[in-house]
Amino acid sequence: MQNNKYKSLSKQLAPTTPILRNCVVAFLVGGLICVFGQFVQNIFLEHFNFTAETVGSPTVAVLIAIAALLTGLGIYDKLGQFAGAGSAVPVTGFANSITSAAMEHRSEGLVLGVGGNMFKLAGSVIVFGVVAAFFIALIKTLWGMF
Amino acid sequence: MQNKIGKQTLRFSNVNILSSSSVVGEMESQGPLAKEFDELYDDQYMGKDSWEQAELFILERSLDLAIKKASLSATDIDYYLAGDLLNQNISAGFSARTLGQPFLGIYGACSTSMEGLTIASTLIEGGFGKYAMAAVSSHNATAERQYRYPTEYGGQKPVTAQYTVTGAGAIIVSAVPSDIKVTYATIGKIRDLGIKNPFDMGSAMAPAAADTIAVHMRDTGRQPSDYDLILTGDLASVGYPIVKELLKRDGIILGTEYNDCGLLIYDRERQQVFAGGSGCASCAAVTYGYVMNQLIKKKLNRVLIVATGALLSPVSYMQGESIPCIAHAVAIERKEN
Amino acid sequence: MGTYWTAFYVGGLICVLGQLMIDIIKLTPAHVMATLVVIGAVLDGLGLYEPLIKYAGAGATVPITSFGNSLVHGAMLEAERNGVVGIITGIFEVTSAGISSAIIFGFLISLIFKPKG
Repeated sequence: MQNNKYKSLSKQLAPTTPILRNCVVAFLVGGLICVFGQFVQNIFLEHFNFTAETVGSPTVAVLIAIAALLTGLGIYDKLGQFAGAGSAVPVTGFANSITSAAMEHRSEGLVLGVGGNMFKLAGSVIVFGVVAAFFIALIKTLWGMF
Repeated sequence: MQNKIGKQTLRFSNVNILSSSSVVGEMESQGPLAKEFDELYDDQYMGKDSWEQAELFILERSLDLAIKKASLSATDIDYYLAGDLLNQNISAGFSARTLGQPFLGIYGACSTSMEGLTIASTLIEGGFGKYAMAAVSSHNATAERQYRYPTEYGGQKPVTAQYTVTGAGAIIVSAVPSDIKVTYATIGKIRDLGIKNPFDMGSAMAPAAADTIAVHMRDTGRQPSDYDLILTGDLASVGYPIVKELLKRDGIILGTEYNDCGLLIYDRERQQVFAGGSGCASCAAVTYGYVMNQLIKKKLNRVLIVATGALLSPVSYMQGESIPCIAHAVAIERKEN
Repeated sequence: MGTYWTAFYVGGLICVLGQLMIDIIKLTPAHVMATLVVIGAVLDGLGLYEPLIKYAGAGATVPITSFGNSLVHGAMLEAERNGVVGIITGIFEVTSAGISSAIIFGFLISLIFKPKG
């Protein structure tokens, strides 16, 4: 059988992905994580000396700490399977990818295991973010000069 | 050359099964076949420090049990064949270190159980030894961390994904007579119809299973209905309908005698296993536990076990390659047949 | 800076975008995250992300897209002071908290907890 004929046969017999259910759950869970973030942000704005410009950092740090803890407790992976992008897209998902990789490779030691593998999943986010930001800032700066 | 029949099938006249064993982990001990396994562990670490050590532990347990059930000692084993899913077959190699007998490490991914049983049978049939033991192991966490993601990672798995069985299975064959014999083995060829998704093994492996089953039937002159039970190793819910359809188009109808180990070992409604079980132990635990029990109790007389394997690596997948697959079939029968 | 309602629905919609990338385009989570970071960076380049943050608050700062926004922001802040060289010295300025805390907490958690599988 030809490859493309087989691809259509397997697609035909394949189970369907519940796209609507996934999007609804992603919306709700992702939205709620952001609501919690908003709550944390407001605490920092009202009770500490942060301004609208600087409050992003402590807010993100708190969410990351909580996500790392939930990953350690073995809860985040279950949330992830349930919520999909709803838990992966917020910065908590970034923390989970780093923490889960660090935990998993502890058996290979701290230096080569934890240190060497921590960015296995999150590395591409950092790399692509930095490279994209470099080119965008470069274009904007050069544009501004001429 | 009377021992080779047809294109890819070996006929055995003197290979007897002396014993088999099955050891499983948490999910499997909560599944529908729990009573059929020799040992159950509800701690995925099996009391060890790492997942890899846990997998080695259950593999070694399966060897101890098979040897004990055959009333033998380790030094009686002339040849030990084993394989697992991990890089460089570490579970197999380290278990051979403990066993201390002549060792052949083999790799067929999830088809390794029947690959090992086939080779062990040829060693016995050829008179090269008195006792040959074949074993495999797999562990959900060791497979996840090597092939996919860290186990605590929150990435969402699709509906086509499978759940690697935590388990080990061993079998001892010999020229010493017993009631249950290995009669035929069909060695498969690689089949790759372009599926690239490592989260959809069922689609990737079904063509290989269909191919080997068809060749086996043509080589032996048998029909599926000649068997009480035909089991594929781990096609699960995605590959199951595909293999039936592929064989139907080839003029071979798989009826109620056909099922899949990945579907039998878990209760997909109650347990979150997506499409079903996979891994070397999917075929081995179900065959060496459940199927052997039924053969011993005379509830089954003639079975065909078709173990399926996907021969990809994380690197091949990332380099955009598709997934080459293979299936090996072994016929096991009560001697009255 | 945003209300609970705007944070909820804007954050939710960004997650829906990610989910569609997973389910329809069949990207892996890592590919989706990398794409969203780049989108965030591009939007800040176009001057659209800051207004989104003003409107949606945490709904825009919590998703990974804000990481791209912060990287461009840091780069532009330093570039305004020091020209093109400032781009490289400034990229991590604003996101420092995010990356540092992820490394520190990830490391600490790995010392305390074992994966459960």
